[in-house]
Amino acid sequence: MNLLTLAINAILIENLILMKFLGICPFIGLSKRKRTAIGISFASIFVMTISSILSYFIYYKILVPYNMEYLKTIVFILVIATFVQLTEIIIKSISKTLVKTLGIYLPLLTTNCAILGVALISVNSDFNLLEVIIYSISSALGFMLVMYIFASLRERLDKSPIPKSFKGLPIAFVTAAILSMIFTQYIGA
Amino acid sequence: MKKFFKKIVNENPVLVLTLGMCPTLAITTKLENALVMGMAVTIVLILSNFIISIVSKYIDNKVRIPCFIIIIAGLVTILEILMNTYLPTMYKILGIYIPLIVVNCIILGRAESYASKNKPISSIIDGLAIGLGFTLAISIISVIREIIGSGTLTIFDSTSKLIGYKAIYNIFDYPIKVFTTPAGAFLTLAIIIAIINKIKSKKEVVK
Repeated sequence: MNLLTLAINAILIENLILMKFLGICPFIGLSKRKRTAIGISFASIFVMTISSILSYFIYYKILVPYNMEYLKTIVFILVIATFVQLTEIIIKSISKTLVKTLGIYLPLLTTNCAILGVALISVNSDFNLLEVIIYSISSALGFMLVMYIFASLRERLDKSPIPKSFKGLPIAFVTAAILSMIFTQYIGA
Repeated sequence: MKKFFKKIVNENPVLVLTLGMCPTLAITTKLENALVMGMAVTIVLILSNFIISIVSKYIDNKVRIPCFIIIIAGLVTILEILMNTYLPTMYKILGIYIPLIVVNCIILGRAESYASKNKPISSIIDGLAIGLGFTLAISIISVIREIIGSGTLTIFDSTSKLIGYKAIYNIFDYPIKVFTTPAGAFLTLAIIIAIINKIKSKKEVVK
């Protein structure tokens, strides 16, 4: 597949949140303010890319030669958990501003299904290294795009009159539904 | 017994606590998918609760979350292999969402908040209750989505080889296709949660 198509595909057409439903927890939980949405998105771009690359190497250099492909779920989640912990330690020792922007979101990423999802998808679809990098970066960009749009919409929603039973989560889901309908148009069917 | 049902309804992981959203939204296009997914999650939940309630005494508090994740990942891998052999078509349909049970917040949440503090037997019952609550919730969503979205109701189709007979019912002929798309999933969930909120607020007024 052409790399540009792959990137556009991952950002718009097969958007992680709206089409594949990965990373719904941060999508709903952390999208109340634009700042938090941006913070979690940057953290996930970083972690998603590096952990996909690491998983790629471990899968093809260790698991495949020893016929242990079935262990990929366990190994990938371990890689992600260790990597998240490691980045946390490194970030803490490097700079305080980074801790402030990324720090609190990092531990949350371990249980973010988008990270494990991207690692698994890139192995399942037989991507080569370059494709893995492009795919994970553009998936994360798609994640960021939707998070930002959604957070901006939700900031507006706070001020608008909403029926009482729809306050909070339900209206957020309705918004997500409309957003998802818009993104469905990119398929062009 | 009363407590058991209370857990299924009042502590429903999906509709009340809104945990485990990814599979809830992604695989609820057919009732059959929801039933299989629900069963898979229930089995993993019961076993992980059981194992964690036994083991947690010996695990150091600082490393407990990674340990729990490894236990859950092990169970999910076993499940993956079993499904791949016995339900290959279903395994293909559910695809990536089977390994993603590992990061399902419901399972880790129960391990952390219940199983690590309680006895094995009560942890098993807790796992069963929460698992059934999850199955119930995703079944409701998938029934709504399948009937409105494709006009059918599938109970056994891909699993028919294992169970022995097929059951696909045709409900009506003019489906509204939006409900099978991701947008329909968000919309259905929004409406269900709104209805629950309405019932809750009425109950509070009565009290």
